[in-house]
Amino acid sequence: MLNALAYENWALHALIWLPLLGMVHVLWAAEDRAKWLALRWSLLVFVLSVGLWWAYDPALGGGYQLESSEPWIATWGVNYALGLDGISLFMVMLTTFTTPLAVLGSFNYIKKRQKPFYALMLLLEVGVVGVFTAVDLFLFYVFFELTLVPMYFIIGIWGGERRVYAAIKFFLYTAFGSLLMLVGILYIYARGKALLGVTSFAFVDLLQIPLTPGEQMWLFGAFALAFAIKVPVFPFHTWLPDAHVEAPTPGSVVLAAVLLKMGTYGFVRFLLPFFPVAAQHPSVVTLMLVLGVVGIIYAAWVAAVQPDAKKLVAYTSVAHMGFVVVGIFALNVNGLQGGLLVMISHGISTGALFLLLGMLYERRHTRLIHEFGGIGRVAPWLATAFVITALTSIGLPGTSGFVGEFLALVGAFEDHPGIGIFATTGVIFAAYYMLPMVQSIFFNALEKPENQAVQDLSRREVAILAPMIALMIVIGVHPTPLLRKMEPSVQMVLERVYAAAPPSAAVIESDPDVSGFETAE
Amino acid sequence: MQAAGLEEPQVAWEPLLPGLIILLPLLGFAINGALALSAARKSADAVRAGGEFDFLENGRPASHSLPTWVGPGVMLLAFLLTLVNFVGMLGAELHEPVIRSYWTWIATGDLNVAAAIQLDQLSMIMMMIITGVGFLIHVFSVGYMQDDPGYPRYFAYLNLFVFFMLVLVMGASYPIMFIGWEGVGLCSYLLIGFWFSDEEKASAGKKAFIVNRIGDLGFLLAIFLLYLVFQQVDYVGVFGDAEAVFVYGGPVITTVTLFFLLAATGKSAQIPLYIWLPDAMAGPTPVSALIHAATMVTAGVYLIARSSVLFALAPLTSALVAGIGVLTALFAATIALKQQDIKKVLAYSTVSQLGYMFLGVGVGAYTAGVFHLMTHAFFKALLFLGAGAVIHSMHHALHHTHKDWDAQDMRNMGGLKAYMPITWATMWLATLAIAGIWPFAGFFSKDEIIWMTGAMAGAENAPYQGLYTVYWILALAAAMMTAFYMARLMVMTFHGENRTGSREVEHLHEAPKTMWIPLAILAALSVFGGWVNVTTDLRESVLGGFGFLPMSEWLHGWLEPVTEAAHQIQETHLGELAHAAPLGGGEVAWGLISTVAALSVVLVTARLLGSRKVAVAVEDTEPTGLSRILFNKWYVDEFYHRWVVDPILTTSRVLWRVVDAKIIDGTVNLLGNVARAAGWVGSLLQTGQTNTYAFFFTVGVLVILAMIGLQG
Amino acid sequence: MLAESLVLAGVIFVLGTLGVIVRRNVIIMFLCIELQLNAVNLTFVAFSRFVGIEGQLFVFFVMTVAAAEAAVGLALIISIFRHYETVNVNHFNLLKW
Repeated sequence: MLNALAYENWALHALIWLPLLGMVHVLWAAEDRAKWLALRWSLLVFVLSVGLWWAYDPALGGGYQLESSEPWIATWGVNYALGLDGISLFMVMLTTFTTPLAVLGSFNYIKKRQKPFYALMLLLEVGVVGVFTAVDLFLFYVFFELTLVPMYFIIGIWGGERRVYAAIKFFLYTAFGSLLMLVGILYIYARGKALLGVTSFAFVDLLQIPLTPGEQMWLFGAFALAFAIKVPVFPFHTWLPDAHVEAPTPGSVVLAAVLLKMGTYGFVRFLLPFFPVAAQHPSVVTLMLVLGVVGIIYAAWVAAVQPDAKKLVAYTSVAHMGFVVVGIFALNVNGLQGGLLVMISHGISTGALFLLLGMLYERRHTRLIHEFGGIGRVAPWLATAFVITALTSIGLPGTSGFVGEFLALVGAFEDHPGIGIFATTGVIFAAYYMLPMVQSIFFNALEKPENQAVQDLSRREVAILAPMIALMIVIGVHPTPLLRKMEPSVQMVLERVYAAAPPSAAVIESDPDVSGFETAE
Repeated sequence: MQAAGLEEPQVAWEPLLPGLIILLPLLGFAINGALALSAARKSADAVRAGGEFDFLENGRPASHSLPTWVGPGVMLLAFLLTLVNFVGMLGAELHEPVIRSYWTWIATGDLNVAAAIQLDQLSMIMMMIITGVGFLIHVFSVGYMQDDPGYPRYFAYLNLFVFFMLVLVMGASYPIMFIGWEGVGLCSYLLIGFWFSDEEKASAGKKAFIVNRIGDLGFLLAIFLLYLVFQQVDYVGVFGDAEAVFVYGGPVITTVTLFFLLAATGKSAQIPLYIWLPDAMAGPTPVSALIHAATMVTAGVYLIARSSVLFALAPLTSALVAGIGVLTALFAATIALKQQDIKKVLAYSTVSQLGYMFLGVGVGAYTAGVFHLMTHAFFKALLFLGAGAVIHSMHHALHHTHKDWDAQDMRNMGGLKAYMPITWATMWLATLAIAGIWPFAGFFSKDEIIWMTGAMAGAENAPYQGLYTVYWILALAAAMMTAFYMARLMVMTFHGENRTGSREVEHLHEAPKTMWIPLAILAALSVFGGWVNVTTDLRESVLGGFGFLPMSEWLHGWLEPVTEAAHQIQETHLGELAHAAPLGGGEVAWGLISTVAALSVVLVTARLLGSRKVAVAVEDTEPTGLSRILFNKWYVDEFYHRWVVDPILTTSRVLWRVVDAKIIDGTVNLLGNVARAAGWVGSLLQTGQTNTYAFFFTVGVLVILAMIGLQG
Repeated sequence: MLAESLVLAGVIFVLGTLGVIVRRNVIIMFLCIELQLNAVNLTFVAFSRFVGIEGQLFVFFVMTVAAAEAAVGLALIISIFRHYETVNVNHFNLLKW
């Protein structure tokens, strides 16, 4: 059926331009129609994106599919080129899945200036989908920076008390990293021109450029800084708690579910394949793994003592991204797939957590944990949804959170057992930060009369949460289809990394004899 | 295992719908869960309006009557299905496990974990215990939780627990076991904190989950290490090659087994991670019976029994397992001596008996450990349910007269024998069983463990000989303490004068049928359950009825296909085990000695405590000296709080306020402020004065002229 | 001859520039600007002796522009004076940050 519609030719374009059209439509329409229009457009985009699951065929190998390329700025070799592989497939679908849910979650939350808000949400979707589908480096950068603008406004206009500070901090911090990346991009372009006579920003062309190890190292640093701030990797994480706390609920949802993934996507898409020598250099690997582990444990400990529930969840994002970083820089199939799966699971579960916190905020106008207590008695469905989501977040087996973490840890342990051990302690600390919050909000005595008046989930809220919870369980019980789909692309990335390894280097494959363990003769 | 070329006659055995056994409790969870959610809505509306939704007054809605049939119903079906399969397996003489794989759970390039179950003798016996005892406890719960507004939610959680427990014992690989492992931890959390409006109870659930998670860390690390060595993590794959791959006593296998030991101590409440179990008594008593006596806490023992091959290859770890077991057995027994809450006594008793199971599997007597697991399930479940009946009755009485006393405090009981004769009788049977008195179930299982410990001490090439002798002595000591504290419990609760109060007495009554019938069944099992595994020596003697009665080492033979690999390894490396106890004397002699000693302790205790005056809880004085230390559980919780929990919390706060806020964020803000300062400096140029601008204008022109001049 | 003229013109120009920079009275600043313009005129005339008649022609242009600029400038000053009641240029500082 998809072939009959020539789906491959227009799908990716539609996913980028339809939200833009939607944005124009929203700006044109009346104020009270804005949210419904936004919902319809984002749902349309989602429905169209579902076809990607069948359109992308992993049996064809891990390369790009659904490709298209139009010249854009010909003199510089910039093309409007899009493509999809096993890795970006899930990022795009996560985006198109989360956006309508975030829009639906904004209905009661955003009361004034609705038109610009929903327009900005749609613009955000344009930018993010563009980031994940661009196969031209210039185009990628444009979309990457584009996402900053709507997010800045969303935080700065509809946010909480310190919204201006948070918005500016978010914008400047992330943009600063990107600037260094821009220098790197231009340098690569210049080298390409000089060494190969090619004026192009297309990935496929840039990957051919033979960069010296020295060049690779500093380029790695430039790109890594940009993405590390985005992920965020400790110690570049401090913009995230402020941004999340001050952002309005739907802003937080999209920020956590989707924007953060752009950073880790950058690690996988650029750092590993473009700069393989640097990526597997022992000091680089060690540094990234250590930062990942520090992120897991440090963020968990800091999260546990936060009085503000949203800030707590913000720090848990840092912790989860720590698992992703550890998985990625394990540089093996298990770790990389685990990292990607954690990205998907985190997007859904943390998105749901923010939505739930937003629902609590709409009812009680506070985010402070100690203001609650006993909510489980008056809002049992909300409590149930929250507990299930919390369990996914801490990686209970049977939920999507477990599979990703498990694989990432296996991958890390394979080649770096010490790191693996420390990273695994993260599972203890996850319970340490999550359960007390759950108890303080939903259990304990129902003392305050304001809490007694809290309403349970409305139909709209159930409609938002049900698909998310369903996905959390389905992916937890049957992750194989996802794993199978992403595997060829993951293998391709890793092959590039391994291919650049000098023969004598200590790149440890998952071979027990090499790992140095005692075996019986 | 089989000599090449010889084919043992094996009746091909097709299990009957094994997957359904697991699905039935899950179905029960789904139905009861849906009922609970709808009931919760009504209840929530009522609370918002200012009151409580009284399910009794308004007539019992479907949401509260359906679970009565669904909850125990799915359990009965699961049990019957298990029974059919058990009988089938009995006749089949299985030598290899039967594996049924349903779908691929995790498949990456290198790792493949199937959603598969493994049916062999070990998993089958566990399934029988779980579904059988579980069913009885479900029936008991119908009566016990009748008046609780959370009735459907209770059964939903209980069904979910059984589902996860079955996954745990039926899984064909360590990751699948881990699903069940964490899943039962989750249900334990939900059920301990069942009455979640009470902060103490909710916190107890939270404590259980977090402490369990520390053990889970060990489980995960063990899986990773096994994966590193074997590239696969299913039982057949790992155990088949284990002996060839691992060096006996080598560092790798020792590390793997130590990680598993960490996991087991968490789940089975051994030192140092037992602290959650006594707090877990906050949950409804049938929960304590099912989860914290009969099934979940035995998961650690099951893990070690299942991994018997691995532990047999790691003598250091096995010695540690046994040591932790016997120390915990003794340690917990000392605490139980001085507890006043009836459930706390039973909780510490459970910890102690689990220690015995650990001791059993630690000395390589895997069958003995599982045997004690089984008998303990019978008599401990009985004891907890009986205590539940007592508490239920006490609650009723105290509620009627609005007396503000603790219904679980034994000092407020006394003389209940007259009012609850069935409970009294069945609990005495269980007490005799747990004290290890012949001919009750506990005698055979506990005796075998202690005997095997002694045998290990005298083995030909025993690694740490003196150590096992010490274990043996400690085990005997703990057994005597067990007899004492259980007798004390019985005397304080059922004998002597009633202390509850003259007005309350008329409301004390026996439990309803749904509650005492399971008691009776469990009592029968506690009495006769031990005869399935009488060792050869005992059988011929007076203790075995001189061979008249139809008893046998059935369990040993049954579990042989699962344990023989480990036993062979043990025989190869440790030589023959001793046939006499460390202090001399055969099995029969020591069986007699221990029975007589235990019986004496019970009788003496009954005599001494029976005549002593006990003050009711509100009037009692604080204990002093050693009693005080024992009553306060050796201050272990306080120790953990001071040295583990609080430091972590303090460090967390410091990390937040100092490192994150001041140092890291401070740097970020500093950069921002520097930029602003530079901007402010620059803005000083903007004076608004025309003269200034004219000045700079002139200077600029001069500079340009100069540059032109220099160039030209 | 040329050198002296240029020096004279230069001195007058510098005096004019300094006056623009230093003086506070806006009318005096205008006078100094006129000084600068006249210094330029002098330079043109001095050079015209050697280059051609165009130098003197240009002086006419400059004078015309100077006159026009003075007229407009004084009109502006009167307008500002009506608002500020002063001709002290230091008080006209609304264009600062």
